[in-house]
Amino acid sequence: MITRTTFAGFGGQGVLVMGYVMSHGALLKGLNVTYFPSYGAEMRGGTANCTVTLSDAKIASPVASQPDTLVAMNGPSLEKFENRVVENGLVVLNASLIEEDLSRKDVTLLTVPTAELAREVGSDRAANMIMIGALSAKTGLLSQEETIKGMRAALKGKDKFFELNEKAIQRGFTFVNNGK
Amino acid sequence: MNEKVLMRGSDIIGEASVRAGCRFYAGYPITPQNELPEYLSARMVEVGGTFIQGESEIASINMLIGASAVGSRVMTSSSSPGIALKQEGISYMAGLELPGVIVNMMRGGPGLGNISPSAADYFQSTRGGGNGDYRTPVLAPAGCQELIEMTFLAFDLADNYRNPVMILGDGLMGQVMEPVVFPDFLDLNKLPQKDWALTGCVDREARAIFSMYLGEKGELCQHNLELQEKYDRITAQEQRWETIMTDDADLIVVAYGTAARIAESAIEEVRGQGLAAGLFRPITLWPFPTAPLRELAQKGRKIAVFELCLGQMVEDVILSVGERVEISFHGVPGGVIPTPAEVAEFLNSVAKGDGKVGRRIEV
Amino acid sequence: MSAEPVYKKVFGRPESLKEAATHYCPGCGHSIAHRLVAECLDELGLREKTIGVPPVGCAVLAYNYFNFDMIEAPHGRALAVATGIKRVQPDKFVLSYQGDGDLAAIGTAETIHAANRGEMISAIFINNAIYGMTGGQMAPTTLLGQNATTAPGGRDPELHGWPIDISRMLALCDGVVYVERCTLSSIKQIRKAKKAIKKSFQCQLDRLGFSLVELLSPCPTNWKLSTQDSWDWVSEEMVKVYPVGVIKDTTGYEDKK
Ligand SMILES: Cc1ncc(C[n+]2csc(CCOP(=O)(O)OP(=O)(O)O)c2C)c(N)n1
Ligand code: SF4
Repeated sequence: MITRTTFAGFGGQGVLVMGYVMSHGALLKGLNVTYFPSYGAEMRGGTANCTVTLSDAKIASPVASQPDTLVAMNGPSLEKFENRVVENGLVVLNASLIEEDLSRKDVTLLTVPTAELAREVGSDRAANMIMIGALSAKTGLLSQEETIKGMRAALKGKDKFFELNEKAIQRGFTFVNNGK
Repeated sequence: MNEKVLMRGSDIIGEASVRAGCRFYAGYPITPQNELPEYLSARMVEVGGTFIQGESEIASINMLIGASAVGSRVMTSSSSPGIALKQEGISYMAGLELPGVIVNMMRGGPGLGNISPSAADYFQSTRGGGNGDYRTPVLAPAGCQELIEMTFLAFDLADNYRNPVMILGDGLMGQVMEPVVFPDFLDLNKLPQKDWALTGCVDREARAIFSMYLGEKGELCQHNLELQEKYDRITAQEQRWETIMTDDADLIVVAYGTAARIAESAIEEVRGQGLAAGLFRPITLWPFPTAPLRELAQKGRKIAVFELCLGQMVEDVILSVGERVEISFHGVPGGVIPTPAEVAEFLNSVAKGDGKVGRRIEV
Repeated sequence: MSAEPVYKKVFGRPESLKEAATHYCPGCGHSIAHRLVAECLDELGLREKTIGVPPVGCAVLAYNYFNFDMIEAPHGRALAVATGIKRVQPDKFVLSYQGDGDLAAIGTAETIHAANRGEMISAIFINNAIYGMTGGQMAPTTLLGQNATTAPGGRDPELHGWPIDISRMLALCDGVVYVERCTLSSIKQIRKAKKAIKKSFQCQLDRLGFSLVELLSPCPTNWKLSTQDSWDWVSEEMVKVYPVGVIKDTTGYEDKK
């Protein structure tokens, strides 16, 4: 098993943190992980993205030719990465910011109204945690418990965010499992 | 065994260095390696060592000369333009026979270039831009666990041979995160004794460390011959490399560092399509593992060199196996990170001999 | 027949600035400093004879914003490059524009010696007490106690040394005719800064010697302060360590009050 996920958005959306949470969750589960952030040759305020590769075997390249899953947090990222996703791959969209339609017809689509759901659990700022919850629920790569553990490990020392983030991850899971 | 932790490449070198006994770090900020000095700015204080942000790369490498001369394990780090400034100091360290570790996280050049991963400083690292007939062992790790091994090795080689040693990575190696397990701290008291270090001449004759030989009886010549004898020993004893799936390979891919990781995925891909390719990964770039590569270059095999620059290591490949086998080269200049798919195309093109990707090297 | 309305232009883009949006963060002092330099060049009619040297720092791309000839220099070496330009083309107007890391750390030697040789160059020195471009490492000018990524817990003189006042040091050099420090943190100060820049340019035009204007400049991003708080921090904290005013003036110019 090897699976590659690209997270993309603009700086400040917590895109790198999402990848970081997933990586930690997978590590705790005993999987091999590589996490590769792309740092801005772009100027400040530009786009941010990272690719997380999980495998039960050795991982060669940290750079993916074609991600299995794309998590797009804003329009420009969708545009930039959409065509790289493998056939029959998964695209998860932040519906709160992306109005464009997916031009690919050969992938599975999941749209998540992250901002609305985040507000429901207490703060807009947890939108990325809603997303990681929804992603884990959809792919089954990490259970809810593993995702939460990953978050706690990734944000070690920032305990004050744990409660909100946990709620957001749970909300992401129920959104996918109950369809709302 | 220590616990598995997920850390970024730059931080890993920082942690590995203090565990390997480094107690003096000096450097000057430059992207993409700032996380390493930032990590050490706090960590050195915890382990009772010294962290200094110098006023420049030149000052930093010269601080290493002082700290090394009095016996400490020392390290500096930078990226390409900053390494250019350190070359004078590296030449002096070689001439003074002082151990020290220099980390180079390459970025795109020439000049300011940009901060994307690049491997355009193979020449800068293996040939050196400093003056004189000197050599610097260069270690090129390709993964996070190997960053740890290479950091420990770099300090040992530096002490054993009393020579500067470089760890060569690129922006990607510095940023990538992988789970690693750290070895325990080395016991500083058990490190090799430095009977040449300046410690104050209590009950012994005064020592001097210098690189200038003015004598007219060939003293400088003698010094250089002795250095050369040391470089010969390093060449004989310290070559390191890895081979993956080369036994049955018709096509040998030569790549190091990040490029080797990308190439390895490409090899898995083309193997799935029926092309028997394998990887030869030099771990020491100097000394270059010439003999083992030559052994692989048997009749009927082809060699494909892949670099994150427009062709530097390929010259060492040509020196190693030139004329024996067909060599092709594909390089990507700094600023873009190629995917395994792109490298797979190159390998298929070489196998078919259609010349569509990369170029055939005329020897 | 109705009369054509008569419009008088009261505000516009100086010709010395290109029509380009800068990449500077909101609240950054670089944008203001650019505008002041451009206005002074326009007012003195210097644009077409100016050759500028930007730093390696956040203003490395200044050639995308300034509308006159410019050449990149390696980090810290702007005043050496500027020296070469001025000596070969003494009739050109030559200026360097540099941050604190560039001018007062890696480039200290080039700075001091260009000043001491009395090169007919105007240096604009942006002191934001931090390394902006590389992401918030300690600068030579970082205040004691100020946080930086390589001075965790704040600058401690025992570990990191003291903040450097390079302008005062340069004032000791005989080749230097004029040094003034201003801030970019209030309208009044910004007006003063413009006057200082213009005076420095005049020194060069009159071939008096080397001059430098230091501008205490907010970096909200790396100080991790809001725009307003970062302006206040300049006016309240930075000026304690770097008092504003004329540091050296042997020009003999009479300031119009
Ligand atoms: C030889 C060399 N060393 C280091 C760097 C990395 N570097 C780029 S800008 C900079 C310092 C920026 O700080 P400052 O001069 O204060 O300007 P600011 O960005 O704050 O405006 C450094 C260290 C470089 N480009 N070249
Ligand atoms: S990082 Fe600081 S100096 Fe650089 S553009 Fe932003 S505010 Fe200005």
